[in-house]
Amino acid sequence: MALTKEQMAKRIARELKDGYYVNLGIGIPTLVANYIPQGINVVLQSENGILGMGPFPYEGEEDADLINAGKQTVTLLGGSSIFDSATSFAMIRSQKVQLTVLGAMEVADNGDIANWKIPGKMVKGMGGAMDLVASAENIIVCMLHTNKAGDSKLLKQCSLPLTGVRCVKKIVSDLGVFDVTPDGFKLLERAPGVTVEEIKAKTEGRLVVEGEIPEMVV
Amino acid sequence: MNKVVANAEAALEGLRDGMTLMVGGFGLCGIPENSITALVRSGAKGLTCISNNAGVDDFGLGLLLQTKQIRKMISSYVGENEEFERQMLSGELEVELIPQGTLAERCRAGGAGIPAFFTPAGYGTEVAVGKETREFEGKHYVMEQWLRSDFSIVKAWKGDPFGNLIYKHTARNFNPMMAMAGKITVAEVEELVPAGALDPDEIHTPGIFVTRIFQGTNYEKRIEQRTVRKRG
Repeated sequence: MALTKEQMAKRIARELKDGYYVNLGIGIPTLVANYIPQGINVVLQSENGILGMGPFPYEGEEDADLINAGKQTVTLLGGSSIFDSATSFAMIRSQKVQLTVLGAMEVADNGDIANWKIPGKMVKGMGGAMDLVASAENIIVCMLHTNKAGDSKLLKQCSLPLTGVRCVKKIVSDLGVFDVTPDGFKLLERAPGVTVEEIKAKTEGRLVVEGEIPEMVV
Repeated sequence: MNKVVANAEAALEGLRDGMTLMVGGFGLCGIPENSITALVRSGAKGLTCISNNAGVDDFGLGLLLQTKQIRKMISSYVGENEEFERQMLSGELEVELIPQGTLAERCRAGGAGIPAFFTPAGYGTEVAVGKETREFEGKHYVMEQWLRSDFSIVKAWKGDPFGNLIYKHTARNFNPMMAMAGKITVAEVEELVPAGALDPDEIHTPGIFVTRIFQGTNYEKRIEQRTVRKRG
């Protein structure tokens, strides 16, 4: 069975390390905040100007002046700070933010990522994604392995306009966990019940399978 | 020193067709609502607007798109506005999309007297096409140039007659850099306080960057995504 959104978020949460400053992108990456393991303290950065972002507010306590990068109402945790957009991207470009988790439309086996534009069809803009992927030491992409037509989104080469080049380090898809290596996508774990054969069939880019691939614990 | 004017109309004195504006805010958070209404009333056309987003269809800069007063938009993310997408795909509206951090830094550079800088954002993508690139210590960077405006229009929480500004929470966002980069900078505030009432240690934008300031009225402060959790 392919992973659900929540299971993908939970699996990514296991990549968090104590003391990390983390930027979580819009969509499934946002859910990672719900599964931070016990004993791990991380500080969430929101690129519109928050360090120490907390959960959604209780009903009636929403503040229009306090939103995250997805324009959702949020809260501040004790010890949080607020800053302007230039300062926010200063801490991103200088790699003080240690981990970025974001979604993708396509990833190539050299680490290229595309997630901001479908020419002639969808142009929403890159927001902060280009700054984040160009700078973060550690980038985890959270994505569905195939599109609605069943075609692979883990490719030899991206067909869509790029967001960043050779930057993705790890992918958690609904079918498995992969490191991006010089030899291609290295399969580390399979989703429960998903076979290596299925992953091979649904991965267009170079896939490295070495030895027994463990099934993910979810 | 008294930079106080009566209202948004007075603050926008001198606005002409074809001018370049910076408009503060992130989404609908921290946008100069009073000034946007006055911009619509002014009827100024052919404007270039530099703003992180383009509002939504019926609020924020979306209002200026509906009246087709904007010729060109410079933004990082415009996904919340259908009219925007329609005008862009039909070619009525010229659009320059640039990475958010680059946008912030280009405004900051404009306000800091720095004509250009190198950033890694967008290297190897269509954002870098036609721009100088250079390698520093083994990493590739793209040269980006400053942005400056004829009018920068910002929104703050509190301000004083000297133009000193304090922003609230994430309504700060692009406002401080845009305030620095305007030939004329207009600040609208929720609360205009007497000179000396703000703690100098807590001022975000020093008054030197602000040309005109006024007390805004009737803030709607619309929330784009109202997300809450249950008690208990």
